[in-house]
Amino acid sequence: MGDLINIFIKSAFIENMILAYFLGMCSFLAVSKSLSTAFGLGLAVIFVLGITMPINWLINEYLLVSFELEFLRFIVFIAVIASMVQLVEMIVEKFSPGLYAALGIFLPLITVNCAILGGSLFMVSREYSLSESVAFGLGGGFGWFLAIIAIAAIRERIRYSKVPPGLRGLGMAFLLTGLMGLAFLSLSGIDPAVFAGWQPAE
Amino acid sequence: MATATETKEIRIEEKDPWFGSKERELMVDPLLDNNPITIQVLGVCSALAVTSLVYPSIVMAVAVVFVCGMANLTTSLLRKSIPKAVRLIVQLVIIATLVTLVNEALKALNYPVYKQLSVYIGLIITNCIVMGRLEAFAMANRPWRSFVDGIGNGLGYGLILIVVGFIREVFGKGSVFAGSGLEFKIIGAGSTYAIDTTTPDQWGSTFFGWYANNGLMVMSVAAMFIIAVLIWVQRARNPKLVDVS
Repeated sequence: MGDLINIFIKSAFIENMILAYFLGMCSFLAVSKSLSTAFGLGLAVIFVLGITMPINWLINEYLLVSFELEFLRFIVFIAVIASMVQLVEMIVEKFSPGLYAALGIFLPLITVNCAILGGSLFMVSREYSLSESVAFGLGGGFGWFLAIIAIAAIRERIRYSKVPPGLRGLGMAFLLTGLMGLAFLSLSGIDPAVFAGWQPAE
Repeated sequence: MATATETKEIRIEEKDPWFGSKERELMVDPLLDNNPITIQVLGVCSALAVTSLVYPSIVMAVAVVFVCGMANLTTSLLRKSIPKAVRLIVQLVIIATLVTLVNEALKALNYPVYKQLSVYIGLIITNCIVMGRLEAFAMANRPWRSFVDGIGNGLGYGLILIVVGFIREVFGKGSVFAGSGLEFKIIGAGSTYAIDTTTPDQWGSTFFGWYANNGLMVMSVAAMFIIAVLIWVQRARNPKLVDVS
C-alpha cells in the first residue's frame, strides 16, 4: 500500500507528466485558455489514464510478452487507447449525460494526447506491476489535471496584463509553463520513502 | 495527329513541373512563417525532453521527417479508399506502423541513442504534426505534394529541435554533438576542452576562469524558455504573426 502511495505522489508531483516530461503539451497549450474547459479536459485525462493503464498492462503481459510480439507494442497500445476512448465516450453518453456534456468535445481529443500513450510506454519501460500501473495512471492523470487548471487560471488573469505583442498568447504560455516547471522542481524535496512502510489502520 | 498529342503532353508538363513554385512553397513555408512548433504549436509534446543534446535531437528530427513524409504519402495514396468514419484509426495505424519501423531500425543501428530517446520515439505516434498534416493536407491532395508537405513540416519541426538542442548543449554542457563521433568540447574544466577554464597560466583560465556551465540549460524547463524566446523573436520580426486572441 505504501509503495502505491509513493508512486502516486511521485507521478503527480515530482515527475509531473507535463512539467517534467512535456507529455500532452499540445492539448495543454490549446485548451488552457479558460478554466472551465481545462477542468473538463483534466478530468477526462485522469479518467482515460486510469482505465487504459491496467488494460494495456494486461495486454502487454499476457499477449505481447508471452508470445514475443513486443515489436507490435505501439500499434496495439494506440489501438487500445483509441477504442477505449470511443467506448468510454459511448458509456458516458448513455449513463451520465451531464458528465458527457462536460467532457463531450474533449474525449476524442484524448486519443492523440501524448500523456496517455506516454503513460503506457513508461509503465512498460519501468516494469510496473498491475497495481503499481493503476497508481501511476491515476497519479499521472492527477498531476496533469493540476498543471492544466493552474495554467488556465494564470492565463485567464494574464489576458488583462500588458504583455509585449510578440509574446502575447502562445509565447506567454510557454514562459509560464517553464516557470511552473521550476516551481514544481521544489516539490522534488518531498521524500516519497516516508510512505514506503505505511499500511492502512485496521 | 501524333504531333498534336505531343504538344499537349508537353503543355501539361509545363503547367505541372515536378518541383515547381507550389512545391517549393510547401517545403519552405513550414520552416519559418508557418513553423509547426512556433506558429501552429503542434507536436511540442513528444520532443522537447530530448533536446538536451544536439545528437539525439538530430536523430529525433530525422525520425520525424521520415514518419511525416511517408505517412503523408501513404495516406494520400489511400485517401480515396479510406472511409470517413474510421479515418482517424486508419491514420493512427499507418503512423504506428512507420514509427515501429523507425524504432526497430534505431534499436539495431544505434542502441545508446535508442536508450536515450526511450519512450519519445514511440510518442511520434501521438505527435500532433504528423496527425495534423494527414488530416489537413494528405486527405485532400495528390501523393507527391503530400509527400513534399510532410517533409517540409518535418524539417520545420526538426529545425526548432536542433536549434534548441544546440543552445542547451553549448550553454549547459560546453560541448556540441556529445555522444556522436563528431563530439567537440568547447569550454569547460579539463585539458580536453578547447577553452580550458581550470589549468592555470593558460589563456583559457586567464580570460574564462569565471565561466561555469548554466545548470538551468540541462533541466527540461530550459526548452520552454528557449522556445518562448524563439516565438518572441519571430513575432517581433513579423508582426503579422502576432496572436490577436
